[in-house]
Order: sequence, then structure tokens, then C-alpha cells
Amino acid sequence: MENRPAPLPSPGSAPHALLEVRGLEKQYGAVRAVDGVSLSIPAGSCFGLLGPNGAGKTTSIEIMEGILAPSAGEVLYRGEPLGARFRAEAGILFQKTALQDFLTVRQTVALFRGLYAHGYGVDELLHMCALERLARRDNRKVSGGQLQRLLFAVALANDPAILFLDEPTTGLDPQARRNFWDLIEAMKARGKTILLTTHYMEEAELLCDEVAIMDHGRIIAQGAPRALLQQHFARMLLELPRQEFPASARNLPLQLFEAADRIEITTDDLDGTLRRLMDARVPLTHLRIRPPNLEDLFLELTGRELRA
Amino acid sequence: MSAARESEALPATAPAPRARSAVRASLARLLAVWHARNLEFLRDRSAMIFTLAVPLLTVVGMSFVFGGAPRPLFKVGVLTSALKAEHHPFLHERYFDFVAEPRLDQALHAVSRNELDLLMAPGAPTRYWVNPDSPKGYISERLLLQADPHAQRVPVSGASVRYVDWLFPGILGMNMMFSCLFGVGYVVLRYRKSGFLKRLNATPLSAFEFLTAQVLSRLGLTLLVTVILYVGIGLTIHFHNAGSTALLLLVAVLGSLSLISFGLIIAARFSSEELVGGLLNLLAWPMMLLSGIWFSLEGAPRWVQLAGQLLPLTHVLSAARAVALDGAALREITGDLAYLALTTLVFLSYGAWSFRWRVE
Repeated sequence: MENRPAPLPSPGSAPHALLEVRGLEKQYGAVRAVDGVSLSIPAGSCFGLLGPNGAGKTTSIEIMEGILAPSAGEVLYRGEPLGARFRAEAGILFQKTALQDFLTVRQTVALFRGLYAHGYGVDELLHMCALERLARRDNRKVSGGQLQRLLFAVALANDPAILFLDEPTTGLDPQARRNFWDLIEAMKARGKTILLTTHYMEEAELLCDEVAIMDHGRIIAQGAPRALLQQHFARMLLELPRQEFPASARNLPLQLFEAADRIEITTDDLDGTLRRLMDARVPLTHLRIRPPNLEDLFLELTGRELRA
Repeated sequence: MSAARESEALPATAPAPRARSAVRASLARLLAVWHARNLEFLRDRSAMIFTLAVPLLTVVGMSFVFGGAPRPLFKVGVLTSALKAEHHPFLHERYFDFVAEPRLDQALHAVSRNELDLLMAPGAPTRYWVNPDSPKGYISERLLLQADPHAQRVPVSGASVRYVDWLFPGILGMNMMFSCLFGVGYVVLRYRKSGFLKRLNATPLSAFEFLTAQVLSRLGLTLLVTVILYVGIGLTIHFHNAGSTALLLLVAVLGSLSLISFGLIIAARFSSEELVGGLLNLLAWPMMLLSGIWFSLEGAPRWVQLAGQLLPLTHVLSAARAVALDGAALREITGDLAYLALTTLVFLSYGAWSFRWRVE
């Protein structure tokens, strides 16, 4: 590693806000994409920003990255407005980005490494992101997962104190996604502060110490995933195959949701609900009972209707 | 396979409807893409406005340049401070542009460099000077002698310059101009549209640093091409450089820097290919006409000459011709070089100030 900046406090030490966002707003004509977002991200934590399409996640994160100017509000990095220090210490992986054509993987990493005074060496970056074997390949001739790893290497070029990852695993196959999670875990282990947006609740639950759920430009819930579930969801979830669920039972006084292949029942009275189902002669052979997860919470808070 | 068996295998009526259906499908696809492209164009307001404005500007420009009386074919200097048609019967000839030349030395210099086809001093007898290597000078001389058989030719002292030698720096300059304006302009546009600039914006790289890197990268390529053309064409036409080759190279360096930066003030902002292409053409064409690539602006209206002086290419060609044709030293072209350096700085600074990293 070359010329590293001063190390961050270890994850075990008292947390302090590395990035602080106050009253962020972004107006596009008549549309308010971001509407009063405030949050504080402690150093060394992984913070997840969740929300349906069009909730304002990408606009919010691009304002926090200093790429977009807010209509109102401020973003503070280490207690100061975003400036040269933030640019030098932030690593960014955009949702959509392009690289310079006709460069190899190594040359691409070297290009971005050359833009910073401090950071990892090119070989170290290739090694960290498992790109050594692709080093001489044209950057346009890599797979989706390999490209994301390359973009991650580019984001790590300056050994960033804070990493912004905007939907980093969207479009990746399950293997590539899990491989990417390992990379993020490795960065967490190095004490990096990470701001992650994602559609995958499993990803957020696995990686994030704290999440904020956004909808219509606002944060509607925020906290540690487990605490959020306890706060919003002291109930159980019952799942039954849809084809086995008799039509007559659909009028039972239960909180019931019909998915494509199953019926979901949310309840805080498990015994009473089971009794009602048996009384209505609902076959319970394939009944699954599970505690709600972050996805259930997400759907509960943001609704189930299709978003743009 | 026999004809009978072929007809069994392929029903006689099938191909025609199938072919018609294929044509219809092809037309439908063509129509879908045509429609989408039209929508894209119509919704790109800046491009649409510019596309409509260009024909209008062309009409205005053409009517201004080519409207009114027919343009003169020959340019003749008349050694006098105030030009009057009654000075000589030749001055009544049509299609000649007669220009008052108060100073003999300057006028003779213009003749030797083909900027004037002929110089005459009305009197008894009338004297005239003509470049023996100039085709237009030859025709002008024949017509002068028809109007005044007693006119006396005075030999032009010093070396005269062939028209091709005078034209050569113009051709190199024109090539340099197109390479500089369009080479960088479209690259930056592509970077912006693809999102690569947005990614660079997330790093400590400043707009000025990015633009300077683009300018320097293009500079190397432009110089290489210019040197190849200079050597290749120079050998073919037996071009003789009367001055310092190093000085010519300095002119090429500063000229390229200024022209690339000139193109960048357009590429710095916009995201539409049509608009950027149009605006770059809008920079190129005045230089094609007013910078002296093909003909001198000697005798042109004062404001046209002043407009030409604002363009970087004018100073590139002025300095290059002074060095290559007259053997000028550094101090004689300092003004041109300073203008090129200053415009480089101004254009680059403006480009950096107005730079857009992303499509708005």
C-alpha cells in the first residue's frame, strides 16, 4: 500500500458521524425528488438506503457524493462541507457508469489510481478485487460481475475512508452477488464507512448495521435492521400455497395478502389464527411460519403496488 | 430434383404472400426506427433550434457574400493614396478589384506573395509590377496591356513566391483546424454521454486539468500529422522553407493549442451531437473564409479584415507564411504567437468555467 492517509478509528471505538446530512431537498420542476432527508453515518459503519424505484435514493446519494447540488440542505463530511478532502477520501461506485474505451483492466485501474495522491497500489487493487487474471483484458470484454469488480477496484483506488455503493449488485447472478458481498464484507473488516443503496433486502440485512427506508423522497423508517423489525413487526408471518387455499377462507378476518403463488397472513395471535384456519378447513400441510424479514417490513412500509 | 418434384415441395402460391409479409415487416421495423429517431431529434430542442437556425444563417451569409454585383476575379493594387477611376482607363474594367496602395514596398511584398495579382502606378507612361509565377498575374497583365499598350513592366526585385507556396501553409492550417476542432470536440461529447465524465467528476480531477490533458493529447497527434503532411507535400511540390523550421514548429504548437481550446469551448457544455457538430462547423467556416487559407483579404472591407484578425487560424497562417515565405525571425511574429498563447489561455479558462461533467 502506498502513502495511506491517517487510519480511521477502529469499529469498536466510540462512533462519530463521518457523514452528516441535514434537511436535504432536491426539486426538479414540480417534482420533489428528495424531501427533507436528514441522517448521520458513523465512521466504520455500513449504512443501507432502501426504497422502491423512484423513492429518491439515487438522487440522495448523488447529492451526498457531491455530484448533484441540493435545492436545500447540506452535507457535511468530517464536520465540513464537501470539498477537496472529501473528493480525495471518497470512493464511489455509481449505479450506471462508463469507463474509457480501449483500455485494459489494469490500465483502467491505473488511470483512476493516478488521479489520487494516496491509495492502494494497482497490483493490490487487482488482487483485492480478484482481477489479476483479467488484468490484460479489454475493459469492454468482461462479464457483468467482472465489470462490477473492476468498478469496485476503481472506487477503492484511493483507499477511501467512505465508500458509496449505489445498487452495486443489481443485475448480477447469485454467484457474482455473493462474491460482491464478500468484497463489501472485506471492506467493512478494514473499518471503511459504507453507504449502500440496494433493492435486495437480503443484502441490506446481511451487510448493513443501520438502514433507512425511503419513499417519496422522505425517510420513513431508520434504525438497525433487527431493531426496526422489532419496532414495526412484533408479529409472525404464515405462508400457504395459493392453490390449496379455499376461496371461502379468503373472507376470514385476517390480515391476508395474495401473492402469485402463495397466501401470506400476518398475525400477532398465532394460536387464534391457526384455529380460524382449521375451522375454515384450510389444509395446513404446507404451512410455513416464519418471523418477518426486512423485505416484509419494506413492503409493509412502502406498499405492494408496482412502482415505476 | 425434377421440376415436378420441386413444385410438390414448394406450393406455388406460398412465396408471394410470404414475401409481401416480409416486406411489410421490414417496412414496419424501418418505420419504428424512423419514428423513434424523429422523436429523439424533435425532443432535443437545442439541436432542433440549431438545425433550423443554420439554413437561416446560411441564407443570410450567402446573400451577404454573393448578393449584389458579381464578385471580382482579380485583385490589382493601384499605387495611390486615393483611388479614382479617371486615373486610368484600365480602372474601368469589370471583375477587377482595384485596391489603393499608398506604399510601394508593402504593395510589392503583396505582389511577390500573390496577395495582389498586379500592381500599377498610373502615369505617363503607366508602370506595373507582376509576379512572373502568378497565373492570375499573367491574365491581369494581358488585360492591362489591351487597355494601355504603352504600359511598362518593371521587374519585381527579390524572390517571388509561387501561388502553391503561398497556398501550402493554408492547406496545412486548414487540416490542423479540422483536426483540432472536431478531434477533441466529439471525444469530450462521447465521454459526457457515456457517463465517463460523471465518474471522473467523483475524483479530485478538475475541469481545467481534464481539458488540458485533452488538449495536450490532441496536440501530439495534430503535430505528428502536420509534420507528415509538411514533409510529404513539401517534397512533392518542392517547397522551400525560407525561415527556421523550429520557428514553424513553434507556430504549429501554439496554433494547435489555440484551435483545440477553441473547439473545447463548444464541447465543454453540450451533450447533443447535432448541436456540437453544428457549432463546430460554425467556428470552422468563418476561418475557412476569413483566415486567408485560399485567398488574401487584401482589399476586403475593413470590418471583414478585423473579423478575420479575431480568428486564431489567421494568426497561424500569418506567422507561418512570414516564416516560411519571408524568412521572418521570432521577433517579427511575436504578435501572432502572443495572440495564439493568449487565446489558448482564454478559451481553456472559459471551457473549464463552463464545463459540464454530466448530461443535465
